[in-house]
Amino acid sequence: MPATPTNPDRRRWLDWVLGSWFAGVCGAVFFPVVRYLSPPEISEPPTLTVKAGPAATLAPNTGRLVPFGQKPALVVRLKNGELRAFAGTCTHLACTVQYRPDLEHIWCACHNGHYDLTGRNISGPPPKPLDSYEAHEQGDEIVISRRT
Amino acid sequence: MSIRTWLAERLPIDAVQAAIDHKTVPLHRHSFWYYLGGMTLFFFGVQVATGILLLLYYRPSSAEAYDSVQFIMTRVPFGWLIRSLHSWSANLMVAAAFIHLFSVLYLKAYRKPREFTWLSGMVLLFITMGFGFTGYLLPWNELAFFATRVGTDIPGAIPVVGDAIVTFLRGGPDVTGATLTRFFGIHVAVLPAITTVVLGLHLLLVQYHGMSVPPSIEDEAARIGRPVRVMPFVPHFALRDLFGWMVALALLAGLSAYLPWELGRKADLFAAAPAGIRPEWYFLWTFQALKLVPGHVLGLEGELVAISVLSLGALGILLLPFLDPNTTRSRRVVNWLASAALLFMAVMTIWAYWGGE
Repeated sequence: MPATPTNPDRRRWLDWVLGSWFAGVCGAVFFPVVRYLSPPEISEPPTLTVKAGPAATLAPNTGRLVPFGQKPALVVRLKNGELRAFAGTCTHLACTVQYRPDLEHIWCACHNGHYDLTGRNISGPPPKPLDSYEAHEQGDEIVISRRT
Repeated sequence: MSIRTWLAERLPIDAVQAAIDHKTVPLHRHSFWYYLGGMTLFFFGVQVATGILLLLYYRPSSAEAYDSVQFIMTRVPFGWLIRSLHSWSANLMVAAAFIHLFSVLYLKAYRKPREFTWLSGMVLLFITMGFGFTGYLLPWNELAFFATRVGTDIPGAIPVVGDAIVTFLRGGPDVTGATLTRFFGIHVAVLPAITTVVLGLHLLLVQYHGMSVPPSIEDEAARIGRPVRVMPFVPHFALRDLFGWMVALALLAGLSAYLPWELGRKADLFAAAPAGIRPEWYFLWTFQALKLVPGHVLGLEGELVAISVLSLGALGILLLPFLDPNTTRSRRVVNWLASAALLFMAVMTIWAYWGGE
């Protein structure tokens, strides 16, 4: 191959065509791969209300974790008998929180995050409060629902 | 015609033999640290062998993973041993890799012309952490489940792309069976494939450059006007290496037999994180630091600040050969920084162990 092409325009054009072709092949290979790696979004109707177990077995000053759609929710019966419910996922790094009867508030074991009984983050690393849900008794059962 | 002559006509045996005959290792008061790379490689070999054995019985789904590991540990002959060896060797490999890293750092083996050896070594360390993190989830127990929830949630604090990274890592918005399958694929196929290439490059570069002689030893040799003493690689160094591996094997076998790795309780997606939950010892210092950073620092989310500091630290250490101008003063600065980092990691680790809540 001559060091200086006899027809530089033609060489440039060929380079451009081959370059574009190569870029096209790379795109055609990598686009499906990258898309394949991100999981499909499963569209599920948002959970609005769930049954959270029998009311009689949730004693004052205790809590219970229940599934709320794909995520956990925490139902707490206060000392005065009042029911409260919160999202069970810590706002810090997504561990599942629990009710601590000795502290009388909500606690996350992973990084020692504390929330009061309105869901407000009061100590430790959590940056945001827990979402709170409506909780009430319906017959013998506790029912919790997303606030609208 | 002898078999050797027959082979030598077809394979570059003579060239390899000549290279082995000529290979030497510097002999001085810091030579001990030359064995740590080989030690890491030994534990890696144990991981490959035991990992392949575990693959014969392990089932990578959220419904079956825990039970299959329990089956390996209780029913398969010597299954408890193979699984214990795999877990203990993983821990010892991380420990050996860390000691190797810090010895290379203190002895300034990363300086010109070994920048790429350092870079490939750092990549191997990151891959090792990746192996540890993905492998930890595979038994699908409670500890692993929460460790993975926390670990995969951390990139979520990165602005703009954070959520996409979390979804990519978990194979969905939450840690589920999809995460387990994904981690399994990464643990047994993706990371081993990358490791093969990077480890090959790392070993090739070590052979190409030979062992680095620390600046202090070089200076001493120059002062007294004598070259640094050497020993032949075969058999002197190789036999010492082999002896080290035997000690490592004895330690590994002892730990696996007398302190078999526990399986814990099966993961429950809707149970609270148990009190006293902690990650593996090599992530403890990060865990303690994350615990101490408040919700907000200077108006920014504490988590984001913590990740930024950690990422900058990791980037700094990765690019160390290019940041250190290799003067007497810069070497002292690097030593101080490394000691400060070690002290910080040690204090955080001890705090996490004995600090309680």
